[in-house]
This record gives sequence, C-alpha cells and structure tokens, in this order.
Amino acid sequence: MTDARTNSEDYLRMYRQMVRIRTFEDNANQLYLSAKMPGLTHMYSGEEAVAVGICEALTDSDRITSTHRGHGHCVAKGAEFREMFCELLGKAEGYCRGKGGSMHIADQSHGNLGANAIVGGSMGIATGSALRAKLAGSDDVTVCFFGDGATAQGLWYEVMNMAALWKLPVIYACENNGYSEYTKTEEIAAGSITARAEAFGIEAHRVDGQDVLAVNALARDLVARARRGEGPFFVELETYRYHGHHVGDINREYYRSKEEERDWKENRDPILRFRGWLVAEGIAAEAELEAMTAEIAEDAAAAVAYAEAAAYPPAHEVDMHVFAD
Amino acid sequence: MREITLSRAVNEAIAEEMRRDPRVFLMGEDVAEAGTPFKVLSGLVEEFGPERVLDTPISEPGFVGLAVGAAMTGARPVVDLMFGDFLYLVMDQLCNQAAKQHYMSGGKLTVPMVLRTNLGATRRSAAQHSQSLQALVAHIPGLKVAMPSSAYEAKGLMKTAIRDENPVVIFEDKLMYQDKAPVPEAEYLIPFGAAHIKRPGRDVTLIATSSMVQVAEAAAGTLAHEGIEAEVVDPRTLVPLDEATLLESVKRTSRAIVIDEGHQSYGVTAEIASRLTEKAFYHLDAPVVRMGAMDVPVPFSPALEDLTVPTPGGVVETARRLCAGELIHAA
Repeated sequence: MTDARTNSEDYLRMYRQMVRIRTFEDNANQLYLSAKMPGLTHMYSGEEAVAVGICEALTDSDRITSTHRGHGHCVAKGAEFREMFCELLGKAEGYCRGKGGSMHIADQSHGNLGANAIVGGSMGIATGSALRAKLAGSDDVTVCFFGDGATAQGLWYEVMNMAALWKLPVIYACENNGYSEYTKTEEIAAGSITARAEAFGIEAHRVDGQDVLAVNALARDLVARARRGEGPFFVELETYRYHGHHVGDINREYYRSKEEERDWKENRDPILRFRGWLVAEGIAAEAELEAMTAEIAEDAAAAVAYAEAAAYPPAHEVDMHVFAD
Repeated sequence: MREITLSRAVNEAIAEEMRRDPRVFLMGEDVAEAGTPFKVLSGLVEEFGPERVLDTPISEPGFVGLAVGAAMTGARPVVDLMFGDFLYLVMDQLCNQAAKQHYMSGGKLTVPMVLRTNLGATRRSAAQHSQSLQALVAHIPGLKVAMPSSAYEAKGLMKTAIRDENPVVIFEDKLMYQDKAPVPEAEYLIPFGAAHIKRPGRDVTLIATSSMVQVAEAAAGTLAHEGIEAEVVDPRTLVPLDEATLLESVKRTSRAIVIDEGHQSYGVTAEIASRLTEKAFYHLDAPVVRMGAMDVPVPFSPALEDLTVPTPGGVVETARRLCAGELIHAA
C-alpha cells in the first residue's frame, strides 16, 4: 500500500473511523430489520475506505456534499453516533431535528453540506461552495461525493464545465460501486467515466477504493493542489456496496451473484485489508484492534439505546424552519 | 421626485447592495458586458469587475445549482434567469435544493439567494418566452416570491430580497423595463408581506400583481367615470402574502376581482380568491372573480396573443356586472 499519513495515530484514527462506519451501518440495518426505524436506508458498508481516505485529508473548514448513501460521509466528516441515530429514528435531538432522516443526515458544523436524495443533486451545491471559496479568497476545498449512477445526470457536465473554466477548488469523487441502483454500471455508462472529466480538461484519477492508504494519499495530494488553485479534479474510486441498493433490497441475484459479493467481502474488504497491514507493520496488535472494535460496538449500542428513548420533535416544530428569520 | 425606468431601478438596487455587502455577486447568461438582453444590468461589470458579475455558460440548472451552494456557504448570489420560461429547466435546483435545505437540516443551513427572472406575454415571443410562472414557485414551501408593479417596487423589493436569508424569486414584467415611475434618490427598502393600496375605493376591490396593477388602475379610471369606485390593491409579494390587507379591503367593498397574468387554472388568482371566500364569506355581495391568462400556450400571432391576457376593458366589464348584482359564471 502507498504511504499516506505517516504516524501511528493517524493510521489508528483512520481504522477507527472505518470501523465506526461499519458498526453504525450494522446497527442501522438491525433497526430496519426490527422495524424500529421509519422508512428505508442505504448502507455504506463496504465503501468505508472511500469516505475515510478522503475526509481524513480534509479539515473542518473544507466542505463535502453527500448522497442518499451518506452515513459513511457523515461519520467520516466528524459526526457523533448519538445525534446520527436520533436523526435516523426521527427524534428531536437528531442533527436535522428529525426532519431529514437517513437520506439528509449531516453534521453541518463539520462542513457537511448535507446528504442529497436526488441522484447527482448536490453537484451544483458542491461546485457553488467552491465558487464561493474562490470569490472570497478562502483556501477551503469542497469534495462532491456521488455514485456511478449520478454520472448519467446532465447537471454534472454543466458544473464540471464551469469548475474547469473558473479553476474552482472542487474534487468530484465518484464512488463506483458497480451498480446504478439495480443495474450494472456497464449497462448505463458508455465509454470511460474518467474520460468524461478529461473532456473538460479536468485531471482525472482512478484508485482502488478498498485501499484506504491509496485513497488518502491521492486525496491529500489533490486537496493540497486544489488549495493552491490547481483544481478541479476528478477521482473514480472502485468500490463495492455489501448490501442492496437499500436495506429492503434483499433478493438481488437477478442483478448480481452471491459469489461476486462473497469475493469482495472475503478478498477485498477495506477494513480487513487495513487491519492486516497495521498488524504486519507493527503499528497495532490484534488485541488492541479487537478492543477498539468492542469499544465502538459499545458506543453504538449506547447511542442506539439513547436514540430509542429520546423524544420525538414536538408538533409545533412541523412548520418551523420552512423559512429562516 | 425624479423618475427612472424599472430597468434602472433594478440596476440601482443591485449596485447599492453590491457596494454595501462584498458577499453579493451576480451571475447568469450575458450579465456582464452584454448587461442582459434587456440591458438591465449594464454598467455593473465596469464597476464591480468580472469576478462579481459572472457570465455563465447557457447551463441554467448548473449555474442555479452553483448559486445554491455559494449561498449555503456564505455568499449572497443574485442569479439572472433570462426568461421566466426557463424556470422549468431549474426546478430541481430551485424546488428540491434551494427551497428545502433550511428545513431538511433542521434550521442549520440557509440559502440566501435571489433568482431574478421575468414574466409577461404580448411581446410576440410565442409559447416559450412569454409565460408567467409565479404560481409554480409560490406553490413550493421555502421559496419567497416578489412581484414588483413599478420601478419603485422593483428597487425596494430587490434590496429586501438580497438581504433576505431565504431563496427569493423576483418576477419582473419584461414589458415594463422602460416604464418610468418616481423613485427617491435616498435609500429605501420595501418589506415583504406588505400589500399596498394603490388607489382607494368603496365599491369593488381589484387585487392585481405585477403589470396587472397597471391594468387594474386603467380599469379603475374608466369605472370612476361611471360612478364605480374601485380599490386597487397590490400584494407586492405572493409569499409571504399580506392576507390581512386584502381581507380588510374586501370586507369594506364586498366585491373582489383578482388579476394575475399566470394561467387562471390552479393559479395565483385561484389561491387568493379562495382565501377571500373562506375568510370573508359573509362580507361578500358577489362571488370573487378570477382573471388570469387563458389556459392555452401563449400563441405568436398578435391577433391571438392579445386575447389571452387580462385587459382593462375586460376588468371594467367584469366590475360593472359585479356591481350590478349579476351572477358571473365565466370559467
């Protein structure tokens, strides 16, 4: 793996964040299966190295835009379990006071501009955030997360054109998990996705999205260059979603095989791979990582219990926040 | 008092706010050197430079999306949408993104942006450059809608819009850009949600928006010669709507005609008429009448196009019949 962050503390924080995302998702899935969570949710499990590798290259003043599959970005950008589970359950103490739910979850105080449930819907917002940075002479960078499915939206081509014309500090991060909802990406995407960005003169990269160190090394380089006005950039991250399009998408053999899923989970899992590297490099002992995982599981269980007992928003909040004062 | 055109008034409002607040910037198609096809923004790029007066590609969803993101992160964009008809192109950015960010984030994110666009038929521009789509915008919670009826309103409402913390859509009538009205030299703002009684009267209330205020005033002049005193009320903003002033007027006159250039069905006139009927029913001597544009795409031929919009003659005829106690069952 490539060298990125260079001290043990950084490596262990990245590992911790990846395990936190996986743990959050396992709990969210259980909440769905036990009918405790209203609505549906889209699991990020399997894609942890993407969100963590990129967000660990950012500061709190850098912005991101997230997607319907947004829990991973939310955790990676600094959110807490308690407010996240409260939001998932529609409780008043959630990050969005229960008004956003899974598909709009975001800890805005750490620069997360929101999860967007219109596929590709945040591409304008991210690019506009970068335009604001340039106009204001600020050196923050905005990362726009979206999936391979969103590359079919026309908005992307409009905003890439402007980002390239005006050299905006935005990084388009395409999480290519191989499936556009229930359809293979190769059935919906003609030609090469990186070539589409290159057509606008945007430097494009492809990286193994299951290798957190490779993702982080690339992200750190591109973020630093974007701060210096060398953006925009495009990154295609090859990754895989372990669950279906959403938690209710259980029987999916009509669009992908169990063998394929098993292969990604057993041979390319981003957490297992990073764990093996940490142990092999002598950065952490197995026991230490086990203890960390157990501690995170306890945190999550406590946050779920808290959220289950927490209050719903009072009725008078239903027409609050339609307009800002 | 000096008189200036509506175009000049909009230009002054934006320039004053750009001088006052460095976060304000302009973007849109041909807004810089061209100053828009209507020349409303001429001179601004010379004063503020190309960074704050940004010419965009012809990518309406793209640049409206950029404005939303810029607004969410601390800028105050004023976006120029060359024709109101192009609203259909930007509906996701406007209605799913701008309108909902504040609510979906539980009040944490705000989108202080202005989308200035236009409305109005009879410019012989056919079906895709003549529509008045304010009802579509007013229907979406989270968006404010301002409808200036003269240069005076255009300036005061624009300044208020730019200082508002919410997305605001301003519809200017594209046929009124050269119309002059008295506009003070000194700074002023017009608050949102404050209707203006343009002309007092006791017999019938004419509630009119944008250029339909001129239509109502012309009708009121004619009616006065016949002994019918019409009151003309301009809501100035559809969202928020100053329901109290409208109701108070109608309770005094007992009759109302609502005039707006959007299509009549499911439109602005229907909404206002319905509120008056619900809240002033026992004060009414006649049904509240809607006068909107015909429910047809705007035709090109002048012989047809002029038939589609409310006219002073039509308002006079309707008011006469209302005041004479005739029941009106026109659709």
